[in-house]
Amino acid sequence: MRPEVAQRLSINAELAQDLLKGFIRDEVNKAGFERVVFGLSGGIDSALVAYLAVHALGKDRVHAVLMPYETSSPASLSDAREVVDQLDIPATVVSITNPVDAYFQNVDNVLGVGASSLRRGNRMARERMSTLFDFSAYLGALVMGTSNKTELLLGYGTQFGDMASALNPIGDLYKCQVRQLSRELGVPDSILNKPPSADLWADQTDEKELGFTYDDADEVLYYLMDLRYSQFEVLELGFPEALVQAVMKRVMQSQYKRKPPIIAKLSPRTVSIDFRYLRDWGN
Amino acid sequence: MLADEGAMVVDCWKICIAQISPKLGNIEHNVDKHLHYVSEAKSRQASLVVFPELGLTGYQVQDMTLDVARTLDHPQIQVLVESSRDIDVVFSCVEETKHHLFHVTVVYATKGKIAGIHRKVYLPTYGMFDERRYFAPGTSFRTISSHTVGDVGLMVCEDAWHGTSPYLLALQGANLLIIPSSSPARDVTDANYFGSQKFWRELLQVYAETYGAFVVFANRVGVEDGISFFGGSGVVSPEGDWVLSAPTVTEGLYDAMIDTRASRRARFSTPILRDERPLLVARELERIIKTREESER
Repeated sequence: MRPEVAQRLSINAELAQDLLKGFIRDEVNKAGFERVVFGLSGGIDSALVAYLAVHALGKDRVHAVLMPYETSSPASLSDAREVVDQLDIPATVVSITNPVDAYFQNVDNVLGVGASSLRRGNRMARERMSTLFDFSAYLGALVMGTSNKTELLLGYGTQFGDMASALNPIGDLYKCQVRQLSRELGVPDSILNKPPSADLWADQTDEKELGFTYDDADEVLYYLMDLRYSQFEVLELGFPEALVQAVMKRVMQSQYKRKPPIIAKLSPRTVSIDFRYLRDWGN
Repeated sequence: MLADEGAMVVDCWKICIAQISPKLGNIEHNVDKHLHYVSEAKSRQASLVVFPELGLTGYQVQDMTLDVARTLDHPQIQVLVESSRDIDVVFSCVEETKHHLFHVTVVYATKGKIAGIHRKVYLPTYGMFDERRYFAPGTSFRTISSHTVGDVGLMVCEDAWHGTSPYLLALQGANLLIIPSSSPARDVTDANYFGSQKFWRELLQVYAETYGAFVVFANRVGVEDGISFFGGSGVVSPEGDWVLSAPTVTEGLYDAMIDTRASRRARFSTPILRDERPLLVARELERIIKTREESER
């Protein structure tokens, strides 16, 4: 990453933490919930969310759910457990192997064809989402999202899967900022140093799948999104054309994932078009 | 110093800023909160207490505008006006006019009456802001005279980002510029302040020094659907010092002493305001406006 961008994207951890602490407390209280629940994968994003939640609410109002599939890397589960131990938070392990396998046993049979990795990965993400929202009802806890800004912009996530949540404290932090804040909050080294992976199949890594590194994506996204540079202006800075185009294409093609379902307007006043209230309405 | 009708504006007096987190759309709750802090400010012997922009309603009222708008004679407004018998009170609401225009309005109440109001002139409608969609803009900058604290200029948040607003108020004799705000925290960098907060601090320091006036920034705290308001309220002296810097994010009542003699010294040492040339400005503006109109034809 270019030093000037790295410098610009580095954040004052104390200030960011203060803001996020206020955000979590305020939104959880207003929604009338006592606690939060989130999936803890063993990766850096959900680890950071765990630390932020504990800082904001205290360890007793936080619940982690570890949801391994049988092919998940054993390191993921042990890294997640290390976060649980370090923060001393309540946690539950719920394997998603049986429900996911049961689904595909049935559907593969019905369709007469085995499911692709993509379909299996999406199903796993949605099984986890489904589990979290069930825990939400069980615990009276708000579901916290763990997608960062880079993933959200690239659409690198499953719609209604890991992208679904009630509240996301890290959705405006680029991956490099997640790393920085995680380091400063004391997320374990084993998590900080491993390559990011959705861990949906063996040896999957995000950067291999995306075709570029998160650092490259962060830099280009910073210029395109935060500073509103045109693609041409970004190319003038010397970024490779293939990278800029690949990033931009991903952002545009995944816009649907970041939007609520579109509704056909018929009446004078339509939900999500000209029916405008914050979620805080009435809270 | 003798003010109109013989009332005394004292050299030194105390100001309180109520850096509150209003509950969105819940006027009853917010009025109670205002009254609580008015009473607390009185017990601290303050002469003036200032509340943030839209402290009675919350900031992003959007389609709730119709529900939370109040005419100035509404009992919920009048109860606050009444509370100004022993202390000047500056508060803000969604005002509805008799022609059903909706304004972001700041009320200056003193001695149990409304001494004046200011309707937000510059309604930000870009990026994260959407004010012009719901509100009508105000049309003037007029100073308000208080027997307790002197001539006051009111601006609401974005008003102060336009350099001409304090200019107009200072020329009319404002020695105290008050800016109730709902400014969101954004642009977290490695600096000690949010980007938006840094800009405010630099801007208000320039105004205070340029016009030899005290500048009061009353910014809210709390969160509305992911947007955090940073607080960081404060008072800048005519010498450009932040004599009060309230903490970020935390609700509370913060006070400072205003020594009006500082304006006197500053305006003598650096008489920028004295040397302003309003006639020249008016003449040049007239010419510029005409030229621009012609070039757009």
